[in-house]
Amino acid sequence: MAEALLKVAGLEVHFPLRSPFLQRRIGTVRAVDGVDLEVARGETLAIVGESGCGKTTTGKAILRLIDPTGGSIRFGGQEIAQHGTAALAPFRRRMQIVFQDPYASLNPRMTVGSILAAPFEIHRIGQARDRAERVAGLLRTVGLPPEAARRYPHEFSGGQRQRIGIARALALEPELIIGDEPVSALDVSIQAQIINLMKRLQAERGLAYIMISHNLAVVSHVADRVAVMYLGRVVETAPREQLFFNAQHPYTQALLSAVPEPVPGRRRSRQVLQGDVPSPARPPKGCHFHPRCPIAQARCAEEAPASRIIAPGHAVACHMVTP
Amino acid sequence: MIGFVGWRLLQAVPLLIGVSLIGFGLMHLAPGGPLAVYTLNPTIQVQDIERIKVIFGLDQPIHVQYVKWATGMVSGHWGYTFFGGRPVLEVILERLPATLLLMGSALSVAIILGLSIGVLGAVKRYSVFDVLATTGALFALSFPTFWFGLMAIFVFAIELRWLPSGGMWELGEEGSILSLIRHLVLPTMVLALVITATWSRYSRSAFLEVMQQDFMRTARAKGEPPAARLLRHALPNAAKPLIALLGVELPFLFSGALVTETIFGWPGMGRLFVDALNMKEYPVLMGLMMFTGIFVVVGNLLADIAIAAIDPRVRLR
Amino acid sequence: MSATAALPESQIGRVWTRFRRHRLALAGAAVVALLLASALFAPVFAPQDPTLLDTALRFRAPFADWAHPLGTDELGRDTLSRLLHGGRVSLTVGLVAMVTTVATGALIGITAGFLGGWIDTLLMRFVDTMLCFPQVFLLLVVAAFVPPTLLSISLVIGLTSWMEVSRIVRAEILHLKEQDFVAAARALGASRARIMFRELLPNAAAPILVAATLKVASAVLMESYISYLGYGVQPPLASWGNMLTNAQGYFDTVPWLAILPGAAITLTVMGFNFLGDGLRDALDPRLRMDP
Repeated sequence: MAEALLKVAGLEVHFPLRSPFLQRRIGTVRAVDGVDLEVARGETLAIVGESGCGKTTTGKAILRLIDPTGGSIRFGGQEIAQHGTAALAPFRRRMQIVFQDPYASLNPRMTVGSILAAPFEIHRIGQARDRAERVAGLLRTVGLPPEAARRYPHEFSGGQRQRIGIARALALEPELIIGDEPVSALDVSIQAQIINLMKRLQAERGLAYIMISHNLAVVSHVADRVAVMYLGRVVETAPREQLFFNAQHPYTQALLSAVPEPVPGRRRSRQVLQGDVPSPARPPKGCHFHPRCPIAQARCAEEAPASRIIAPGHAVACHMVTP
Repeated sequence: MIGFVGWRLLQAVPLLIGVSLIGFGLMHLAPGGPLAVYTLNPTIQVQDIERIKVIFGLDQPIHVQYVKWATGMVSGHWGYTFFGGRPVLEVILERLPATLLLMGSALSVAIILGLSIGVLGAVKRYSVFDVLATTGALFALSFPTFWFGLMAIFVFAIELRWLPSGGMWELGEEGSILSLIRHLVLPTMVLALVITATWSRYSRSAFLEVMQQDFMRTARAKGEPPAARLLRHALPNAAKPLIALLGVELPFLFSGALVTETIFGWPGMGRLFVDALNMKEYPVLMGLMMFTGIFVVVGNLLADIAIAAIDPRVRLR
Repeated sequence: MSATAALPESQIGRVWTRFRRHRLALAGAAVVALLLASALFAPVFAPQDPTLLDTALRFRAPFADWAHPLGTDELGRDTLSRLLHGGRVSLTVGLVAMVTTVATGALIGITAGFLGGWIDTLLMRFVDTMLCFPQVFLLLVVAAFVPPTLLSISLVIGLTSWMEVSRIVRAEILHLKEQDFVAAARALGASRARIMFRELLPNAAAPILVAATLKVASAVLMESYISYLGYGVQPPLASWGNMLTNAQGYFDTVPWLAILPGAAITLTVMGFNFLGDGLRDALDPRLRMDP
């Protein structure tokens, strides 16, 4: 089998904590602390976790919007974790992003037309005249009328704005789109429309997605595979069915038990986690999850568990799980 | 607190270096550079100038010159005036009391008036008084100081003959307090106008902000009378931005003093500056630039320390 | 520098509604329009050449003679003509200085705010340092060094008054650059220059426009200060500042010669100040200060 489209290994994003006066380094925020991920062409990987677990930072680091402090990012077989601005330019065409907040992600002082023409201008694609046609084409693809190009973002609803955001991400015909909670700011009725649009585009264009979300209901609709993150680390990765019906990591189980059951009467026991998520500036020793884990043993406080494959495509980082 | 003062002092250092760099740069920008007085003098030959250059160290690299000049500044050697050859620092310090007197009296008047207007406006927000005061402040801010001064001279000195039109003392009355006060009234009024306007605007918004805080409502719930609430709770909290304003406004105060002193022939630093300008006394000009620059840095430093003394939170920031 | 062009129509409507409520701002706008028109058409409106001397007609009082509606000065020059032409000069200096101020301030502010790090520290310490000097001092020293032409005066005023603008722009950019549309542009591979000037700068248009308006007022004031002290616009070219200097000598006998140019300066400064204040309230409710 050929190498995956994206292969992330040991990704680290550490932010220095500085003292207010002399800017001395007094600590480190380990926002992303050794993350391994793989995405194949045309598939959807969902990254789930509570807010603050590092999933958005992971996404932005993969796109090199945030500089990783360690680890490797291989895209299409090439290492890009250390690339400078110029070397990154060709990869910018191949990876794009759709943001959570459709109000902040579109420049309020630019028309939709100039927002969508920007990718072509930046990469010097086409002439001014056929750029207008390309923009119209993009708008049609996401289900908006070409006349929308003359208007400003604030004249559109949240769902329409998100369509514009998707159109922008599509402009350069990327192979991978990272969706950073792309529907969580929208009304529930609109969420389905946007998800269906994204699925249709995936089917038509063979796109790969990384869907970053805290909403397991959304994830269950779109994901082929799911990675669960806790405090900067991936604790479990599995194909969708495996994860939803055979979760092994105690954190994944707790997360799933908090989701309302779609079939009434089929109740699962509800596990409520004790305590709060610790600060990523001072993560617990050993397994990051051990202070809140219902089945933690002495070993969990000492030694960070390595990720082990327990079934095809199913990896868990937990000492207490045996294959 | 000591840590904060130390930290703030440390921050003032780059500012002082910056001030000195700009001052040094301006001196070399001056036509003829630091030797202008000699180059402009026809009796001095070119070779003499070359010799003077060597004596003054002007043939040395620019950074060496800067270090020498800056060391001189620190140890109080600010150079000598072209005309009369007096030490520049001495000439400036001679004029300092007059300027401080004028600035002090204008600032006192402005703070008392501006603060009262601002507080009253904040307490009786949107009243006729408040609207008139805020509009009036905007008008006052648009008044060119020198024109206001001329008009004041015209009305009070020429038409009404109530007050003298300029100077510090009547001839033969030098040292008389009464004469000094009579001469001080008009310049104070003129200089205070704009500052009063600024102060009324800032104190109004500072008090409005404080009065919306929870602790003001608590004080009211406890049944404290309005005057006590204002004095005990609002004033200390509104004082911080106002003290900061005091520091920030210092350069404007100097600018205003320069114009005011020129109109009223007030023998202070501003007047000295304009005279030095007219006589191309570059050493004095540079000295005055440096002096005001340092004055402002120190003024802001003191304002910050005063704020930290009032508010312990600032120290931890 | 057209901020309104970048504003969508409905926003212009909202801004206009807020602006209209501000009576003084409307008055300011009217005064500014009137001043600009009179400066533009000064040669048409002026009864005669502002430099024409007529020693037989010295110190005519205003309203005494239809040939000289506002009287004549110590050399018999027509005061109205000199006021109109002087206004032209003062406003030109004011506007050119404003453009210099805004261009310099915006460039430094956006560079410091966007690039951050040591560049930001360095530029902002430079701003702090410049602000330590009283502007009139700085202005006069530099003005005394350079030969006074209209352009040099404008540039000197502009280059000694950009610091506030750079602080305003920097603060705005610091807030804007964290927004997702900037991240989107970076993800597309946009250059720093494109992000700074195409994406960020138009979004800072409102505070820049307000600052620009207020800066015209202060530049007119500064021009009059230095002209009054003899380092600005040189005779025979009339400016309001040097008209005042001349008038000061005859102050006790013919006060109107000083009153008129002074009133013109005051009116101009007020007009732009009120306009700027109204624009601030209308464009940027966050910066609001007065009722």
